[in-house]
Amino acid sequence: MNAAPPEPVAVTLPARGPGDRLSGLFWRHPKLLLGLLLAPPLLWLGVVYLGSLAALLLQSFYYIDEFSGVVVPEFTLKTYAELFRAQNLDIILRTVLMAAAVTLGCAVIGFPVAYFAARYAKGAWKAAFYLGVLLPLWSSYLVKVYAWKLILAKEGIITWAAEGTGTSAILNAVLSLPGIGGNSLSTSYIGTWVVFVYVWLPYMILPMQAALERVPVSLLEASADLGATRAQTFRTVILPLALPGVIAGSIFTFSLTLGDYIIPQIVGTSARFIGLAVYQFQGTAGNIPLAAAFAVVPIVIMLVYLTIAKRQGAFDVL
Amino acid sequence: MSSETRPPVGLTVAAGLGLLFLHLPILLIFLYAFTTEERTYQFPPPGLTTKWFAVAWAREDIWPPLYLSLKVAAISTALALVLGTLAAAAMSRARFFGREQLSLLILLPIALPGIITGMSLRSAFDVMGMPFSTWTIVLGHATFCIVIVFNNAVARFRRLSGSIVEASADLGANGFQTFWHVILPNLASALLAGGMLAFALSFDEVIVTTFTAGQQSTLPIWMLNELVRPRQRPVTNVVAIVVFATTFVPILLAYYLTRGGDDTAGAGK
Repeated sequence: MNAAPPEPVAVTLPARGPGDRLSGLFWRHPKLLLGLLLAPPLLWLGVVYLGSLAALLLQSFYYIDEFSGVVVPEFTLKTYAELFRAQNLDIILRTVLMAAAVTLGCAVIGFPVAYFAARYAKGAWKAAFYLGVLLPLWSSYLVKVYAWKLILAKEGIITWAAEGTGTSAILNAVLSLPGIGGNSLSTSYIGTWVVFVYVWLPYMILPMQAALERVPVSLLEASADLGATRAQTFRTVILPLALPGVIAGSIFTFSLTLGDYIIPQIVGTSARFIGLAVYQFQGTAGNIPLAAAFAVVPIVIMLVYLTIAKRQGAFDVL
Repeated sequence: MSSETRPPVGLTVAAGLGLLFLHLPILLIFLYAFTTEERTYQFPPPGLTTKWFAVAWAREDIWPPLYLSLKVAAISTALALVLGTLAAAAMSRARFFGREQLSLLILLPIALPGIITGMSLRSAFDVMGMPFSTWTIVLGHATFCIVIVFNNAVARFRRLSGSIVEASADLGANGFQTFWHVILPNLASALLAGGMLAFALSFDEVIVTTFTAGQQSTLPIWMLNELVRPRQRPVTNVVAIVVFATTFVPILLAYYLTRGGDDTAGAGK
């Protein structure tokens, strides 16, 4: 076949340019390429993100001079001690309680959606369910909060619907509940809670659905064969297996509620939450050290939370 | 067992109500953009009008924030595309020391509440005496956009068979040619999806931005100010529709671009 005598097989082709030479270099030193690939993202995250976190910690150990209002860059625990004042402890407690209530609300409302999507939705319905959860997750946060301001307003659709259906008495009874009620839904803790639940609900549904999809149908059949009622199967088989998903979701709902300062500002009483305190201290008050110390609180709470969650196996479904 | 294939009625109703709860509120934004009542959120609207779209168009305080938001989102997305793809390429190539820690580091900006990222950046700018500018906003946005691109790219790298890269090398292509002619075309739709999601996320972001913007106003900050101190309420609705559409369309496109794989855009969890 070959007219020309067969050439000896080249062990390495001659380099055709700098591209080839570099490729060869990378081939001989894969670590070099890995380093070059990793350097830019590592530098960015290391400098911008970790650097900022370090600055946050640093600032939280500074204090503000009460007379001049100037930040004094000297190490002190004074700013952290301020967190333990009664009014600041109130803010922390209020935020944690709200985060817990929101997480519970998301789990209860989200479970049927996740369970239906994981178990019964097939084909096009499955895609519809998935998209139905994904779209609200990604759509504009502010627009969602704004929508609820419209809904919960005193002259808004809920009051109108209550009047139309003759349930105004129930609405008023709910609003007159001590502690969580208020003048209207948009100025009560109930309103704040509803908006939080709405905004973070998709973050709960997706991991729950992922966990529920891994529950083998055969286990449920076995449970039924052994004479368990639906309620017993739910309590003793489905719920324990879904728990890691619920915990994974709760990481998001809990953490996001801890840090939010927009929702309590727009819907709710004027009582402060951690996020709002951070925002106000760094802004109008100009007290960056105290704002930084307040921002460390959710980090600490989340670290404790994550340690517990890890023991429960929540990270396997993330 | 019929009970295993047919869902209980109670469950169907609860799941349906849950989905309605997720979707109905947004519709009101559209309705209120047409109301004739500009001082309260009266329902039902006393009358309907389309004049607010013209009013919003003529309001000069809306355009600069819109322009700034688009600019920040474009720059942040470009940065996140480069950094996220590089990180994903490194992660998919090799197991190395600190790999788990790196994936945690990439995830952290979005896993921790936005207020921590925002307050951290604010502290850093304060420590370094850095004045607020477009770039201080971009620093924050690019940081939390990396994870979006990364998630999409890493999922695609995982599905990409290693043999096509070897085949390319066997045919005499060098690393750069292989990247340009083989890897990039295969990554393209995942990167496009990740880029669009990152753009949507940045365009809409408000929590981190309030800490990094100083006196500047992005469109979400403009909206937030209107929510706290409303002027012409229906104009806010018109802007809300614009923001909603600008984030909604990329999300839907991203979903269709990455559908059918094991991992879908934005799923990430």
